[in-house]
Amino acid sequence: MGELAIALHSIDLSEQSKYMKKTRKGKIRTAAKTKSAAALKLTVIALLLLTAIGFLSFDYKKVNAAQAAFSTVQNARVLFAQPRLSYNTVAGIARALFVTFSLGALSTIFGAILGFFGALMCARNISNPTLSNIVRSFVAFIRAVPTILWVLILTVAAGLGSVAAVVGLTFHSAAYLVKAYSESIEEIDSAAIEALKASGASYWQIIFQAVVPSSISYMLAWTFLRFEINFTNAIAVGAAAGAGGIGYDLFMAGSFYFSLRELGFITYVVAAAVIALEALSTKVKAKVG
Amino acid sequence: MNNYTKQAPKPVGQTSIFTIRKRSFALVFAFVATLFALSSAVANFSTAKGLESIPKAIIWMAANFVPDEKAISRLPNILSKLAETALLAVAVTVCSALCAFFFSLLGTKTTKINPWISRAVRAFASFFRNVPNIVWAILLMFSFGQNILTGFFALFFASFGMLVRMFIETIDEVSSSCVEALHATGATFLQTVFQGIIPSSLPNIISWVLYMVEYNIRDSALIGLLTATGIGNLFDLYYKRLDYASASLVVICIAVMVISIEIASNKIRKVIM
Amino acid sequence: MPILEFQNVSKVYNGVTKALSNVSFSVDEGDFVSIIGPSGSGKSTILRCINRLVDATQGEIYFDGHDINKAGKQELREVRKKIGMIFQHYNLVDRLSVIENVLHGRLGHKSTIAGVIGAYTEQEKETAFSILAMLGLTEQAYKRCDELSGGQKQRVGIARSLMQEPRLILCDEPIASLDPSASKVIMDHLSEINKALKITCIANLHQVDVAMKYAKRIIGLTSGQIVYDGPAQDLSRSKIYEIYQSNEGELITDIRYSYE
Repeated sequence: MGELAIALHSIDLSEQSKYMKKTRKGKIRTAAKTKSAAALKLTVIALLLLTAIGFLSFDYKKVNAAQAAFSTVQNARVLFAQPRLSYNTVAGIARALFVTFSLGALSTIFGAILGFFGALMCARNISNPTLSNIVRSFVAFIRAVPTILWVLILTVAAGLGSVAAVVGLTFHSAAYLVKAYSESIEEIDSAAIEALKASGASYWQIIFQAVVPSSISYMLAWTFLRFEINFTNAIAVGAAAGAGGIGYDLFMAGSFYFSLRELGFITYVVAAAVIALEALSTKVKAKVG
Repeated sequence: MNNYTKQAPKPVGQTSIFTIRKRSFALVFAFVATLFALSSAVANFSTAKGLESIPKAIIWMAANFVPDEKAISRLPNILSKLAETALLAVAVTVCSALCAFFFSLLGTKTTKINPWISRAVRAFASFFRNVPNIVWAILLMFSFGQNILTGFFALFFASFGMLVRMFIETIDEVSSSCVEALHATGATFLQTVFQGIIPSSLPNIISWVLYMVEYNIRDSALIGLLTATGIGNLFDLYYKRLDYASASLVVICIAVMVISIEIASNKIRKVIM
Repeated sequence: MPILEFQNVSKVYNGVTKALSNVSFSVDEGDFVSIIGPSGSGKSTILRCINRLVDATQGEIYFDGHDINKAGKQELREVRKKIGMIFQHYNLVDRLSVIENVLHGRLGHKSTIAGVIGAYTEQEKETAFSILAMLGLTEQAYKRCDELSGGQKQRVGIARSLMQEPRLILCDEPIASLDPSASKVIMDHLSEINKALKITCIANLHQVDVAMKYAKRIIGLTSGQIVYDGPAQDLSRSKIYEIYQSNEGELITDIRYSYE
């Protein structure tokens, strides 16, 4: 140990000091000065600043936050600890769950079909740049509008019910899957495509012999993920757009019957369904991937 | 299934693989078709009506869903609600990220505090993630009423659950090796966090936060509809008054903001990673 | 008096996987010991038991007067301060600068709060620079670690451990991810540190020829048991065969050329 000190002592510091950089206070600087570190710092500061501005500018309408928080905790205790059905039957809830599941499934199937063809037009390695950019911007716009608003817009045109819900959910799914699928397609090794092109294969031959086989496992993974999202969205749509299913029952239990216990029961059913779906899709993904 | 998905194209002559591929394709197709038929029956959905509705919707949107002068005059009001929504989304995300970070430290394998605490934290986060945010919104409505705090907490709980999971994964992936080294030097828990975990995982964490901001802006429209607050409520107001021109302006404004945030986030991600 | 002593140490992972069984040996101060053995033989576990990154299931480990397995939180920190460690994958904080990573070696010596905010004294920084100079890294001091080559990263790892002013350095496969010339640089530095600075070194190596060239003493490990413990020059071909349970000819010839 003493030897280390002696060895270090023999190193000429003045030789080293020309590499040392000083801070403004005259101390030796230790941090690397990189663009990314500066950008990171700036981002963090901006986020914190916006948060502060947010809290200062919100209109709290003189709510007694402490009291409200206290009663929320009380309510949450009732909701989660004493779930009980009194307005719906178990069979009715099960049926509603199937309706929501069906809404999710239908919009995923439509979304996957549309998404696939959209992705063929969007993926840079198999499409032309102009078409790709048009599809890209179109899809970005559709994704930027919340699903619930699409459903409400379609409700006016198609009437209240499952048609508006499915078409509205499909809009968002298709846009999401176009992006996901096209990114999977773009990751394909271009050699496979080139080889087929060189052998004189037609467009659809290339798609089904090279593109689909090499990206299908990613595509399936994305599709399952989207199914989970669509299921959750179908609940939300049921609640906020009256499109039926378990979401509507949730909404009615809370905002019409004011029954925390009813709400609690349905919440547990929904959470169990979401968890089961997640487990199922993880299993399928593991098998496919 | 595996043969179908994993194989690269094979030259002609290896018929067996084609047969397997065809067979599994037929199987998948049959499954999807059945699912489709059953779902259509259960949800009372008609594909014909669905297809019909799209041109109808497009014609209707082209005629009615376009901002007019009256709508433009409402722009200041819309923009102020939009700004409020954006600030809410940022504030919710930042607060939930701060909480989620401390919780995720208890949940990672990397910091290995205690396997039981880790399991408890993961279960806790899973609970918040799997209870739909509309349930939180309805629950909070009982006590907070039509208040911005209703939206704040509803979004907060859902974001918290998501972020804890993302942060745990990120930290275990990015920081575990340097944390081991810092442990070996005799660094304390907090030193390891501030000198190892934060510097190594912060870019990924910020990337998740930016993603969550985007997500929360879109979700706040939904929560706003349910709790009669923010931009969601404004849309609902115009929509119910059949003032579709103004409603369309709300949609356009949301889209423009989400897209701008997405572009900005992507730029930031590229620099900080 | 030995600086490190293992007495009948065993380690069982998750109650089933036996990594070490009844391992006993002692290391004298200033020694350069190399542990060799096939992967999965427990080399890594031995090193990690010394600084308690892994808790031994049975047996006693003494280091410099401390009973490692019985050490409480504070004592463990004292122990770890005196033991440097370098890793196969370097385990640096890639996004921080070289000098910051070197200074991490001081964390064990500092109060929690000073470490958290990264408040190092000017003297510590100068020492860090001198260590970098010794390892030929001064010009890289302000680079981010992910900009460095593998060999440079490993030298930063060495610098970080020297910064601890250690009495013992544990090297877990220090050259397994490096090319032959970078490996030689790293092994030469370790040898120099051992000889000139009188710091005890224990290195896990899977290249037998490297171990024989640099180590004074070799411990051969097979399935968690010591099958050879003696001077490097006495390690016979048949012993190597026993350790690796494979043809030693293949093992040696494919890397030897780079060192001769």
